[in-house]
Amino acid sequence: MTIYNIYIFDKFGTLLYYAEWNRIKQSGITKEEEAKLMYGMLYSLKSFTAKMSPIDSKEGFLQYRTNKYALHYFETATGLKFVLNTDNASTGVRELLQQLYAKVWVEYVNRNPLWVIGTPVTSDLFKAKLDEFIKQSPLYSSKSI
Amino acid sequence: MSRNTNRLDLKKVNSELLSLTYGSLVSQILRDFDNTDEVNKQLERIGYNMGVRLIEDFLSRTLSPRCLDMRETAEKIQLAFRMYLSIQPTISNWAPTGDEFSLIFEQNPLTEFVELPQDLTNLKYSAVMCGCIRGALEMVQLDVQCWFVQDQLKGDAVTELRVKCLRRLEDQVPAGED
Repeated sequence: MTIYNIYIFDKFGTLLYYAEWNRIKQSGITKEEEAKLMYGMLYSLKSFTAKMSPIDSKEGFLQYRTNKYALHYFETATGLKFVLNTDNASTGVRELLQQLYAKVWVEYVNRNPLWVIGTPVTSDLFKAKLDEFIKQSPLYSSKSI
Repeated sequence: MSRNTNRLDLKKVNSELLSLTYGSLVSQILRDFDNTDEVNKQLERIGYNMGVRLIEDFLSRTLSPRCLDMRETAEKIQLAFRMYLSIQPTISNWAPTGDEFSLIFEQNPLTEFVELPQDLTNLKYSAVMCGCIRGALEMVQLDVQCWFVQDQLKGDAVTELRVKCLRRLEDQVPAGED
C-alpha cells in the first residue's frame, strides 16, 4: 500500500498545498495547470454525481478508481477540499483524511495567525507535520514498483 | 517544533481568565477610539476574524455536514457555545418564516465582573460574539445578521442574541481559462 500525492484546495479553487511521496509518473504540465485541471475535474464530478444521483445523498462524490490508483476526495462544510491519491489496496482513507484535517490542517495551518486565509501554505512546520502524519499512517509504505 | 500533541484535547481554561483578558481588550479598544460606535465595530470585526477560523476547529471536532435549514444551524451554534464557552443558550422566538431566531443566555462568561459606566450605554460589550457567529456562518455559505436585543449589562433579565439569515451564498465555480 502506498500514498502518492495530496492536493488541498479551498472553496475558490485555489491550490493551498501540494505534496507528493511516491509519485512515479509526472503529468508533463506545470503545477498550476495541473491544479486547475484537477479542480475543474472535481467540480464537474461533484455536480455530475449530484445531478445523476437517483437518491438524495448527503456526501456526494467520495472517490474514483482506475485499475492502477484511487483518488479520494474529502470536502468540509467550509469548502476545503482534500484530494489524496493512493494505490487500489488502500482502505480507510476517508478516516485518514478526516484525521489529517483535524490534527494537521486545523492545528498547524488554521491556528497559525501568520497564515492568511485563502493563500498557499508555506509553513515549514505544517510541511513537516504533514509528512510525519502521512509516513506514520498504516497506508504508507514506500514500495518501489 | 516541540508542540505537545495532547493539545488537541479540549483544554479546560479558567473562564475567569477569559473574562478578564476580554475585559482588558475591550478597555484597550475604548482607550484607542473615543467613539463607542467605532468600538462596537472593532469588536465585531475581531469576532468576525475569530469566527472564520473557529469554524474549522468546530467542524474538525464535530465533522458535521453543511446545514440544510436554520433549525439545524441553531442547534449547531448552541453546541458550539457549549464547546467553547461551556454555556448552553436556549433557542427561542422563531420567526414564522423560520429564518430568524434568538439565543437566550442566562449567564455570559464574557461579562462576568463587568458593570457598564453610565456614559457607555451604547457599548455592545459582547459584540465579539455577533462577529464570531457571522464569520463562522459565512464560511459555510450562510450570510446572517446578528445583533443584541437584550443585554444583562443594560439591566435586562437575560441576554438575547438575535440571528437572522439573509441569504445562502452560492458555491464557487472554478475560474475559467484565461
